[in-house]
Amino acid sequence: MTFKDLHIISMKDFSRDTIDHILNTAEKLEPVARGVEKSDLLDGKVLSLLFFEPSTRTRMSFETAMIRLGGRVLNLGSVEASSIAKGETLADTIRVVEGYSDAIVLRHPKEGSARMASELASVPIINGGDGAGHHPTQTFLDLYTIRRESHLDGVKIALAGDLKYGRTVHSLCYALSLYNAEITLVSPKELRLPDEIIGDLKRRNIKVKQTDSIEEAISDVEVLYVTRIQKERFPDPAEYNKVASSLLITPALLENADPKLKIMHPLPRVNEIDPRVDESDHACYFNQSFYGVPVRMALLSLVMGALE
Amino acid sequence: MTPNTTPKRELRVRPIENGTVIDHITAGQSLNVLRILGIPDSSEDVVSVVINALGKHGKKDVVKIENRELNVREVDKISLIAPNAVINIIRNFDVFEKKQVVIPEHAEGVVRCINPNCISNSSEPVTSKFTITSVGGRISLRCEYCERVISENIATHLL
Ligand SMILES: Nc1ncnc2c1ncn2[C@@H]1O[C@H](COP(=O)(O)OP(=O)(O)O)[C@@H](O)[C@H]1O
Ligand SMILES: [Zn+2]
Repeated sequence: MTFKDLHIISMKDFSRDTIDHILNTAEKLEPVARGVEKSDLLDGKVLSLLFFEPSTRTRMSFETAMIRLGGRVLNLGSVEASSIAKGETLADTIRVVEGYSDAIVLRHPKEGSARMASELASVPIINGGDGAGHHPTQTFLDLYTIRRESHLDGVKIALAGDLKYGRTVHSLCYALSLYNAEITLVSPKELRLPDEIIGDLKRRNIKVKQTDSIEEAISDVEVLYVTRIQKERFPDPAEYNKVASSLLITPALLENADPKLKIMHPLPRVNEIDPRVDESDHACYFNQSFYGVPVRMALLSLVMGALE
Repeated sequence: MTPNTTPKRELRVRPIENGTVIDHITAGQSLNVLRILGIPDSSEDVVSVVINALGKHGKKDVVKIENRELNVREVDKISLIAPNAVINIIRNFDVFEKKQVVIPEHAEGVVRCINPNCISNSSEPVTSKFTITSVGGRISLRCEYCERVISENIATHLL
């Protein structure tokens, strides 16, 4: 498969071989991401960042990925200060900005916006999150983290927190199914993974267990992926507090865990993980956010045709 | 006093010279078929409708329209709500052509996505697009933008 000019819209567009190739490329670029080696792979290239919604990690890691590879970044800046405030459509914005760039990263509140953009643009579109839809570069970096910090094929992984609305979890489940993962789902019943996704996983012969007890899940997994539970999902604050504290990751909880257990979190966290856990060898959420850099470097180099 | 010469009422509708007979419509869907065809709002065609006629495989509806042949988009829409319908083109009182509707694999601009936050429901210049699958007679449409699936009450989402 050729990567040049490929749009990165949804994990469902990628086979296991393709994902592996992207992760291998990321691994080769890791020394550049750490600033240990220098690169001019994307010298003369311009990446446009169109963020219609706030972001720290996605935006900054794309910027640093581009800069570390010798390329330049153009930012839309604030939506209020741009023509969008005058009512310019996304479609027109894309057709204008593609003339200034070799690739575009788009974050937009509407589901399917990146797919639409990819139909209009001749430069590659990278979906940086489309509403409640997809966020494929997050999934790539999650997979990379699992591979680097543990192992991907047949990994025993627990996914905890808001599994109903969390888009990162949905795409991650799909991707993990390509690697024969054994998945334990930990959530209060209000926030369980939608049945259709569980059905999809079972159809792919993936072992899936459901529980609401984090203690039960933790004894038997190699990776624990924690997601944020949003207060807004609960009409009753007392109910939120109960659920949040039942899923809290503390040093005491980790006493029963496999010493090699790795804990991931897409960040930002609110209070799902006790800060005392940060010092333990289990914690890898800050590594995880760093791994967004080599992964995005790999994607940028591939879609801009600098690597094959 | 006029003699009562009115013939016994017949349920049969009178033959049409030219036009279309849509036969084997899923019973109960004929009014939705009329909606798809813009009848009567945007058409002056003479139309007759038979509801709950007894066909070979149970009840069916039939719609007959004079002086009109259907376009592809109309037939595609009909296939989604009446997958067994048969389109008969009538010329000079005879069935000139008979076609079973075919459920298309893709439908553009035919159905509105049920996800209010889908880009295809925004003010962007974009036409809705669906991939259609039919498993055991059950039709489902997956939005090519947001991936939301429509499998119930498809008639209410037709554009
Ligand atoms: N000239 C006509 N005017 C109105 N309806 C007609 C005419 N010719 C055929 N039809 C109707 O069109 C449908 C298809 O006709 P035909 O091919 O003869 O039957 P079938 O499909 O049941 O074998 C039937 O419902 C029939 O009553
Ligand atoms: Zn949609």
